[in-house]
Amino acid sequence: MEALSNRKKVLEQKPMNFWERMYLPAIFKGMAITFRHMFKPKETVFYPEVQREFSENWRGMHSLKRDEEGRERCTACGLCALSCPAEAITMVAAERKKGEEALYREEKYAATYEINMLRCIFCGLCEEACPKEAIYLDGPIVPADYLRKDFIYGKDKLVEKPLTELTK
Amino acid sequence: MSDKVKVTIDGIAVEVAPGTTILNAARQIGGDIVPPAMCYYSKLEGSGGKCRTCLVKVSKGSEKDPRPMPKLVASCRTTVMDGMEVENITSPEVVEARKGVVEMLLINHPLDCPVCDQAGECSLQDLGFEHGAAQTRYEFDRRTFERIDIGDKIQLHMNRCILCYRCTYVADQLTDGRCHGVIGRGDHAEISTYIEKAVDNDYSGNMIDVCPVGALTDKTFRFKNRVWFTKPVDAHRDCPTCSGKVTLWYKGEEVIRVTARKDQYNEVEEFICNTCRFDKKSTSDWVIEGPTAIRHDSVISSNHYETLKPLPVIQKNEKLIEANLEQFQKTQKD
Repeated sequence: MEALSNRKKVLEQKPMNFWERMYLPAIFKGMAITFRHMFKPKETVFYPEVQREFSENWRGMHSLKRDEEGRERCTACGLCALSCPAEAITMVAAERKKGEEALYREEKYAATYEINMLRCIFCGLCEEACPKEAIYLDGPIVPADYLRKDFIYGKDKLVEKPLTELTK
Repeated sequence: MSDKVKVTIDGIAVEVAPGTTILNAARQIGGDIVPPAMCYYSKLEGSGGKCRTCLVKVSKGSEKDPRPMPKLVASCRTTVMDGMEVENITSPEVVEARKGVVEMLLINHPLDCPVCDQAGECSLQDLGFEHGAAQTRYEFDRRTFERIDIGDKIQLHMNRCILCYRCTYVADQLTDGRCHGVIGRGDHAEISTYIEKAVDNDYSGNMIDVCPVGALTDKTFRFKNRVWFTKPVDAHRDCPTCSGKVTLWYKGEEVIRVTARKDQYNEVEEFICNTCRFDKKSTSDWVIEGPTAIRHDSVISSNHYETLKPLPVIQKNEKLIEANLEQFQKTQKD
């Protein structure tokens, strides 16, 4: 059949000459490339000990933020769960009691907040939907684990450490 | 002489009975040309004329007196005349004025939709979304009130109130003896029971339904869930005091809220009693009719399944369980 684009290269099948039949020049050429790489900087890192810097728009594990006074920003409005295309987020709201003003910023807060990291696709829509700037995907890679249930992250893993613990 | 008068709204002619307001004439036509209303409530006598969101331009007064009305008029309070011509969304003046009214309504309205239980079915939210500006020019602090307790069934958030007076009309017209009202003037006007008396009456719960914002919300539903995660289902029961026709709001198997049925203008079809609203919260109390029709552009209709009980996400696969037996047993233990 006639070629349409004419970009096909036609290879000529010729018998090899003497040098090609010795293979030695080809071997030395290959070895030269191999040894040259020994003196070049390494492209790989020893991962768990050494970690690469993430790019600026990296989206990793979620963290629930606190405000400047150390109170939780999340008010359990449910917009993250609504925007989540993978339905990974669930929460239960509760009313702030008297005396808890230092813990939660608004009168409603998330009593439980769970993200299923196996469902999450790290699209960042929850971050975008949040009206309180409470959730950011600024963490590291979600670590591996053995059981499915251990991938459901609760508030213990998601909420930022309080300011007092950070300054210690 | 015919007993109907002809009125043209945004170029659409309609014949209505004399004495009809422009707003109701527009509702007979329906569609986009219906002015929004925050305070007018067709089931409550005397309501309307307070929020000014329903302003329209009357470009021709009537057949006999074709002069236009000098100012924009509140369509919920102005009755039609024969040959009247009204401009609503076709008039840039009206659109501009409505934007201003929304800005005025939002001056003192707190920006706490993430906390508010009304969010998702709030008339002011819809109004602000459609007509309002994204920013406020108001530089001062919003008005705030001390929170008062008006009983264990109804939660009052005075900060959110837009003073539409609907709840006072409910108390006047549905219940015997109103014990709450609007106290104070101007910026200090507030809904209150004066001596912190609990609003407790057979029909007082309807204040929750008529409230266009989140000022009066159901205390039994308070922070239980967001409106758009619940599923509305029409149901009825034999109620000795009211019609018993309600909407049940399901979360899973549980009825977490009961409200009256609402029409397309967010007005209740029939008022329901407090027994139906607060005390009958199990499926066995009700005869289920079917899912409530929700406008597809409403946030309530998002994330909903066609079936009442969604299918399990993970199907029980015997082969897979057999293969992952060790792991499966580990999860069963905890």
